[in-house]
Amino acid sequence: MSHEDSHKDHAKEHQHSHGHPHPQQPDSEDEPYSHEQVMATALEELLSDKGLIAAGDMSSALDYWASKTPADGARLVARCWTDPAFAQRVGENVNAAAAELDMDIGTTPVVAITNTPDLHNVLVCTLCSCYPIGLLGESPGWYKSRAYRSRVVSEPRVVLAEFGTQISDETEVRVHDSTADLRYIVIPMRPEGTEELSEGELAEIVTRDCMIGTAVAKGLEE
Amino acid sequence: MSRFKKGDTVHVRTDYPQGHARAPYFTRGHQGHIEQITGPYPNAEELAYGRRGAQEPLYRVRFRQQALWPSYQGSPHDTLVADLYEHWLNPGDRS
Amino acid sequence: MGGLEAGPVDLTEAAYAPWQKRVKALALLLIRGDKAQMNVDELRRGIEDLAPEDYERLGYYERWTRSIADILTEKGLFTAEELTVKMAEVEKRWQEQGPK
Repeated sequence: MSHEDSHKDHAKEHQHSHGHPHPQQPDSEDEPYSHEQVMATALEELLSDKGLIAAGDMSSALDYWASKTPADGARLVARCWTDPAFAQRVGENVNAAAAELDMDIGTTPVVAITNTPDLHNVLVCTLCSCYPIGLLGESPGWYKSRAYRSRVVSEPRVVLAEFGTQISDETEVRVHDSTADLRYIVIPMRPEGTEELSEGELAEIVTRDCMIGTAVAKGLEE
Repeated sequence: MSRFKKGDTVHVRTDYPQGHARAPYFTRGHQGHIEQITGPYPNAEELAYGRRGAQEPLYRVRFRQQALWPSYQGSPHDTLVADLYEHWLNPGDRS
Repeated sequence: MGGLEAGPVDLTEAAYAPWQKRVKALALLLIRGDKAQMNVDELRRGIEDLAPEDYERLGYYERWTRSIADILTEKGLFTAEELTVKMAEVEKRWQEQGPK
């Protein structure tokens, strides 16, 4: 591209701000900015000048992302745990089942994969970090990282151990690489000792990571 | 109509084409079993260039981890499921 | 990138910066909005087409930004020159007033 030279100067100047996913919330007053940050704002303004996006479109898109959190996925899992007929419908069509709970998770088909004592599932996208945003919100930085995407396919148990998750050798660990048209959600196993909990209380123990498969659901007292 | 059915043994093509290829490279040349048939979906390798992709079945193919990674250290039970468009698959050896 | 050598997974949980959220929102509009201009497979291809040294050096949403710019330029929605001029404008403004 024609601005490659200025790009390199910037890379030198702002070395510390490159080469990692920039997870920190920068102080917008005095943090330096990268060439791509300038490019992102320029893109927005150029597209707006050309009438291809409107300010209102940007704010509704931002609101849409902000409204998506793992609480929706947790609510779906808790309902699966308490209502076997619902769990079956989730197995057939997650998007339709989510609509029963008044969740709009979009049109990209989501497939539920259910953990059992013999099978532990874990999700990755080695291509580009595909993720069930409609149910889990924005994916964490590590899900997008090279380390996770490279290693979880070839040494899943080592990666799971880094999350503090140990799976018995008797249990099959199954990695799902979602590089195409489907998104996945793991339905974790309901922990023992949670028989007395209400559906709302159950939803509280369903963490984001147990719906990705890097963790297992744990009871309240653990 | 899908060329393969659930449980069939399939072989992922050992190709490294120019441009955007959708089969994870570590599955290429390996044999797996059809876990699930989904789709049809338009060929994403065509969509990636702004073309209208032909509809084709998308399969969820299950591989044994020990087959994919010669030095695999986990349990022999472990598997990996990848999403593969039909044009990446050939019939596998009977097993 | 499956199976490549890499270090331990960094489990730090941190909020995304406002500009990163805006890139995501922009991509959503360009892919799914009423005036959609591109598809998600083009976005992916644009990321893969980055020079390997850029891919390694850039953060996740920086790669998205570059991909969106490259794909929309390729489609002729604007020229590389128009983008360069607009970037110079933005940068000048930020140098004077700080990034918004």
